Amino acid sequence: MKTTYREAMRAAMRDAMQRDERVFLMGEDVGRYGGGFAVSLGLLEEFGPQRVRDTPLSEAGFVGAGIGAALGGMRPIVEVMTVNFSLLALDQIVNNAATLLHMSGGQFNVPLVIRMTTGGGRQLAAQHSHSLEGWLAHIPGLRILAPATLEDARGMLWTALEDPDPVLIFEHGSLYNVAGELADDAGPVDIDRAAVRRTGADVSIITYGGTLPMVLAAADSLAAEGIDAEVVDLRTLRPLDDVAILATVAKTHRAVVVDEGWRSGSLSAEVSARITESAFYDLDAPVARVCSEEVPVPYAKHLEEAALPSVARVVSATRATVGAGEPVAGHA
Amino acid sequence: MTPPMTAEERTALIAARPDQARGLLRQMLRVRRLEERCVELYSASKIRGFLHVYIGEEAVAAGVMSALRPDDAVVATYREHGHALLRGVPATAIMAEMFGHVEGCCRGRGGSMHLFDADTRFYGGNAIVAGGLPLAVGLALADRMLGRDRVTACFFGEGAMAEGEFHESLNLAALWDLPVLFCCENNLYAMGTALERSESQTDLALKAASYEVASWAVDGMDVLAVEESARRAVEAVRSGGGPHFLEFRTYRFRAHSMFDPERYREKAEVEHWMERDPIASLRAELEASGHLDADDWASITREVDAEVDAAVEFAESGTLEPVADLARHVRSERSTA
Ligand SMILES: Cc1ncc(C[n+]2csc(CCOP(=O)(O)OP(=O)(O)O)c2C)c(N)n1
Ligand SMILES: [Mg+2]
Repeated sequence: MKTTYREAMRAAMRDAMQRDERVFLMGEDVGRYGGGFAVSLGLLEEFGPQRVRDTPLSEAGFVGAGIGAALGGMRPIVEVMTVNFSLLALDQIVNNAATLLHMSGGQFNVPLVIRMTTGGGRQLAAQHSHSLEGWLAHIPGLRILAPATLEDARGMLWTALEDPDPVLIFEHGSLYNVAGELADDAGPVDIDRAAVRRTGADVSIITYGGTLPMVLAAADSLAAEGIDAEVVDLRTLRPLDDVAILATVAKTHRAVVVDEGWRSGSLSAEVSARITESAFYDLDAPVARVCSEEVPVPYAKHLEEAALPSVARVVSATRATVGAGEPVAGHA
Repeated sequence: MTPPMTAEERTALIAARPDQARGLLRQMLRVRRLEERCVELYSASKIRGFLHVYIGEEAVAAGVMSALRPDDAVVATYREHGHALLRGVPATAIMAEMFGHVEGCCRGRGGSMHLFDADTRFYGGNAIVAGGLPLAVGLALADRMLGRDRVTACFFGEGAMAEGEFHESLNLAALWDLPVLFCCENNLYAMGTALERSESQTDLALKAASYEVASWAVDGMDVLAVEESARRAVEAVRSGGGPHFLEFRTYRFRAHSMFDPERYREKAEVEHWMERDPIASLRAELEASGHLDADDWASITREVDAEVDAAVEFAESGTLEPVADLARHVRSERSTA
């Protein structure tokens, strides 16, 4: 069946609400408006206002209420419009959702799913464009997912809802309109393992979420130059699939990590550190990274493009890593 | 403020239910004695971290808890030893928790500020000021959606009323008509910041009422008034009357925590409030009205002291969780993350 990432996500929510009476959706404008990114369009009509709840502009309030409802036996899906807005709920996410099980000595688990949009590329400037999932992936107690494909958009939610503990799902805004074929019987998928999206022998490009399509495009163009790149989609940012990361590095001996977060203290830094900690002697070249420039994401199109990872930057970093291009500054 | 009971009404109330009044006295004393021992144990370095005692405010927890059903839920703050104890968490498990022992109600992972207990639906122990209010709203939302007639009682200090989470929670609870009883413990200070230095509107019940939440101020030093108002409010909440807010006017006799030189208030003010000690007042009242004699008091204190002694003994003989288990309870054992 032909579908889009947005429709796949919506189908996942519909499926979850049909499967389990305890599942409900709440967030700003998820009902009458149809969702800030139209993901929940039509669900209010189908499931009614009890299960598709428009909330006031109270990120801490309704995320915290989601935690409480989860403690009380429900299976809430809380939608936060963007990760930038979720900062107003950081207290509830970090101080409550992530800690209650531990502080209570294992008594109170929080089966909550929080979905939010992340990332730039739509000229929304510095308060709507950031990729902060790497921050959240720092926090023990949370599971962090980044569906990058139609299968994962369709399949990760239900598995996340079955997790007894909090799961955050980051949906890159540039993916919603991605269209493609999805099997009619597509359903739940695992949320533990990374996936190899393209096999290759010369170099591993490791990425997740919104930069996956870009990395696949870069791999195609590298193939035309005779560089055979393997593309790994992390899928789950916490806990990281170390086995898959080390396996691809053991195979290609070279790694480029692509992450729309800023380079300093980023998820790419974590991936890179794990490679050097555990696979240093497998490496034939230093691990390279392609990240966002260290500026708040600007509005002007040319500046935003310059700030974010691009096919060209991925291609050139990969060339350098296989020794086929100009050396990357700092690695020479 | 709900009108104080007249002398005649009080006499009648106590005469009608002397057992209940004695019971409340006993409950307050349990908290007082347990916490007095905690302070000693803190000085002896048996208890560490932050320790916030409730001494002076016991009437609030005693009165409210007695109005709740076992299947109701409670959310409290870091000043919650009394709430946990009166909710039914065993003194032994509370004390062992403060010792950091695995026999504690949270296996030593929470400590004084983070007591939790699934059996009594005690959802903390929250050391983020106002952080528990959204949880209470969510617990009540679950009850509402599942058609259960349970109430969630949520305790917080007046300091929490300046936080955004307070406003978001009251609004949401009122908007969705949720069964929450908001219990503000107005002890006039948030650490060293007096109410009038932190609130533009110091009439807290009025402030809560602006969210269309039924709100009253209650004398929080009078356990009978607390019990009475809480019982009515709980009944109203349970029967679909929407969220209620009670401001309990109270006072903490001790420092904010164990690290507070109390530079921000006068000794005379503390002494003035201590004259209204909720335990001494009720005891005197019951004695004067012939509902408590020396033997009754002796037997209450004996029982309470025995409970506290047993709790300390239990905690002293507790054990440490093996360090090998450090990483447990970060995710459920069923989960792999
Ligand atoms: C969000 C947050 N800010 C600051 C603190 C530090 N702090 C701990 S208790 C407290 C005072 C709170 O006063 P109140 O809510 O009146 O409760 P009380 O201690 O008087 O019972 C403060 C500022 C905190 N724990 N959480
Ligand atoms: Mg206070």
